Amino acid sequence: MASSLVDGNSLLAVDVGAANTRAVLFDVVEGEYRFIASGIAPSTAEAPFKDVSEGVKNAIANLQSVIGKSLLDSGRILITPSQPNGSGVDALVVTLSAGPTLKTVIVGLLKDVSLESARRLTSSTYTRVVDTIALNDKRKPEQKIDSILRHRPDLVVITGGTDGGASRSIQKMLEPIGLASFLLPEEKRPSVLFAGNQKMESEVKSLVGSLSSSIHISPNVRPSLETEDLDPAERELAHMFVEIRKRQIKGVDLLDLWSGGHVLPTAYATGRMVRYLAKVYDDTSILSVDIGSSAASIAAGFKGTSTLGVFPQYGLGENLVHLLKHTTLDDILRWSWLDISKGVLNDYLHQKSLYPSTIAATKEDLAIAQAIARQALYLAMQSALNDFPHNIAQIKPTLTPLFSPIFAGGTALSDASRPGQSLLLLLDSIQPVGVSTVILDQNNLLPLLGSAASRNNILPVQVIESGAFLSVGTVVAPVVNTSYGTPILRGVLKYENGTEARIELKYGSLETLPLASGEEGKLSLQLLKGSDIGYGPGTLPKKKEISVTGGALGVVFDGRGRPINLPTDAVRRRELLKKWHWTLGGE
Amino acid sequence: MIAPVNHIVGLRSIVRERILPVSGNVLVRLNQKVSATDIVAETKWAKDHVLLDVARILQISATSAEKIVKCKVGDRLAAGTEVAKGKSLLARSVKVPQNGTVVAVGGGQILMEVGESKVELKAGIPGTVIEVMAGRGVVIQTAGSLIQGIWGNDKVDTGMLVNLMDNPEDVLTESKMDVSLRGSILLGGIVKEADTLKAAADLPARGLIISSLFPSLIPLAKEMNYPIVVTDGFGSMPMNSVAYRLLSTNAKREVIVNAEIYNRYTGARPEVIIPLPISSEPPASPDAQVFAPGLQVRMRRPPSMGFIGSIEKILPGLTLLPSGLRAPAAEVKLENGETITVPLVNLEVVG
Repeated sequence: MASSLVDGNSLLAVDVGAANTRAVLFDVVEGEYRFIASGIAPSTAEAPFKDVSEGVKNAIANLQSVIGKSLLDSGRILITPSQPNGSGVDALVVTLSAGPTLKTVIVGLLKDVSLESARRLTSSTYTRVVDTIALNDKRKPEQKIDSILRHRPDLVVITGGTDGGASRSIQKMLEPIGLASFLLPEEKRPSVLFAGNQKMESEVKSLVGSLSSSIHISPNVRPSLETEDLDPAERELAHMFVEIRKRQIKGVDLLDLWSGGHVLPTAYATGRMVRYLAKVYDDTSILSVDIGSSAASIAAGFKGTSTLGVFPQYGLGENLVHLLKHTTLDDILRWSWLDISKGVLNDYLHQKSLYPSTIAATKEDLAIAQAIARQALYLAMQSALNDFPHNIAQIKPTLTPLFSPIFAGGTALSDASRPGQSLLLLLDSIQPVGVSTVILDQNNLLPLLGSAASRNNILPVQVIESGAFLSVGTVVAPVVNTSYGTPILRGVLKYENGTEARIELKYGSLETLPLASGEEGKLSLQLLKGSDIGYGPGTLPKKKEISVTGGALGVVFDGRGRPINLPTDAVRRRELLKKWHWTLGGE
Repeated sequence: MIAPVNHIVGLRSIVRERILPVSGNVLVRLNQKVSATDIVAETKWAKDHVLLDVARILQISATSAEKIVKCKVGDRLAAGTEVAKGKSLLARSVKVPQNGTVVAVGGGQILMEVGESKVELKAGIPGTVIEVMAGRGVVIQTAGSLIQGIWGNDKVDTGMLVNLMDNPEDVLTESKMDVSLRGSILLGGIVKEADTLKAAADLPARGLIISSLFPSLIPLAKEMNYPIVVTDGFGSMPMNSVAYRLLSTNAKREVIVNAEIYNRYTGARPEVIIPLPISSEPPASPDAQVFAPGLQVRMRRPPSMGFIGSIEKILPGLTLLPSGLRAPAAEVKLENGETITVPLVNLEVVG
């Protein structure tokens, strides 16, 4: 048994999702950390179990049967640290997204300043804003109190005031929070996060502290009008999320105990991993998209900054029935390559929300599921775009910025029957531009690595480089606007063995050139009609040849323009969708 | 693999917990017999609040205001009662705008509760109170047939069951209802039109048990003042054969329609209970099982969504499905003799 993780200890990582719980084992093989195996079981946060630890134990038991060694003892208790006979593990980390979305009230002074920061802050985890209280709120204090009492929030996030700035106005806004909390039964009182004017800390504690289920203070999200710093408050919020879940769902406390306090919200852990990778790959912007039962989440890492958006309203589980509050049946059906009626789709949304863990068994069901996933992820990406920093590499402000690599995970993407299907879903919804490497997180490892990073900073890098992720390939997506069928790009791919492959990309089409996983190639491009891959219209990088890495689909050229404009004629649209589907390996 | 269970069973022991959302008063005692519509516990809370800012109204400091406030927490005050008066010659006074109770006083402010909302917790099932949780709720036990549904409109009632279905695929229409059905619980099929729900309300019916409901009718169904339990799904889904057999063969019996809102976290589900006389306590149905050959199951996704079958074989490893996905699966023999392969996650045990 090694004495520290860096010396080569084994690590078990568990992700408790809304539908499934996964247990993943990482260990040292030939001197480097590797993903060994995973076990999966249905999650048990819901009735009749109402105890997440049951699902965790079942997932670990399934993992045991794969690896052939014991991780649980006869009483189903995790064996830790690892034993001389090979049983057990040295450490556990947990990520958690199961459970109902946290009802949240946000409080701030100004709509476009502190309240906007509060909104961004709460969107970094699984929350739903049920009320907003601002300085210019016209409601009487008692109306605010009654609103809070009606909503019974799990969480109140208070921002406002620059450090050393306004305090009287904040005090005025705290009164209804304190009074409403006072009127709620003790067990129903919300947790409160204060991330505003630091001068107010003691006052906030005295006004609200004793009346909330717990009060947390984090550094001001708006230390000055021009500066926003969400990171410390996001960290605190992640911690609060786990604390609230401990009160709401049995078994979370046991996982917290087993892991020594290393439980994180899944999306936050993913965001942390993306931030970490953005530091490792210094000169590039990294994107991670994940769409699962609980939420769609978009994490982006830029030079020196990062964003994280969690969108429970676009989750493919129990919230699916509410998706039509954000989109239309027509907008979902535009992505279907089969002729599906609106009625069938509407029935599907309601039926699937009853049984979030079910999967598509027929081709028609898969077509519907994928159309919904496309639209949900598209909406999530559009929402996330609003929160990206302004000074980042992009071709047009309205388009997705330049990202490479792009990580894709979550059941809708990792369960796709073929990598091409996952890639097409991603291209349609995220609509990346320029040249991007796309990596499929088939085993949904990214959040687990983000969580593991807190205990072992070598493990994530070594696992990512070990091939535990599926490289789908490199996508070249020029931005151009011309008529269908017009050539927009010519390319020559030089392979390592000296051979070449050529391509002419026409507007409105998808093309591929084979380049196997692990292989590298040199891509020479000729940009036509003002095509832009991130260096300006018709402009190539200084180093004319672009190094590209291979993957399951090689190099994929997406000539459909940005944003993708689908034909309005349904028959022609479905024909095109089928053709694109077929190009990327579909049937 | 753990299998979710949907209870559609004959004679079983049924135990249900009824808990208030906030603490209140339990109105029944241990071993008391209750009917489904009996109120077993109740609680009250303020409908609204009124905040009187004495300091602001009289334009004095909070400290000064605190000294002149005449009421204290717990005082029940009638509208117009003076709660503070300034000290100058022409001083204004502060009066209570509505009848209410003082819940907080401090900082020159008075917070009052006005109006009252009452939450009455119905038993939901007829039976015997087997546990009383002081201030919180009760546990009730009964014996009978149980048919759990997938959607309910949060109402409860009892009445005689009248079968309006000829087969599980039937559509319930307004034309099938007449005045002779007044006060009955109606067993219908698919509901496609708003007029059907309105006609049941006009009778009035005591409840509606249907196989499926068009999603566009959900808002109207929620408004109906009689309970509606949907057994199978949304759209045009026939009633599953087990529920249909059990319900149609119990026509003319007294049934309870407890159309509770489905809550995956608490386990609350809409359900129909047919109380049956017993000589000894029947067994309870397990809430979870492990998938195994012989179990009766229902398909939760296409193909054959809603059909009942029995597991013939659990297939080893992962099975490639027609959709192209791979998943643990089972071979299921449907009632029509056809055998299909279904991913385990798309099955639920019926029993």
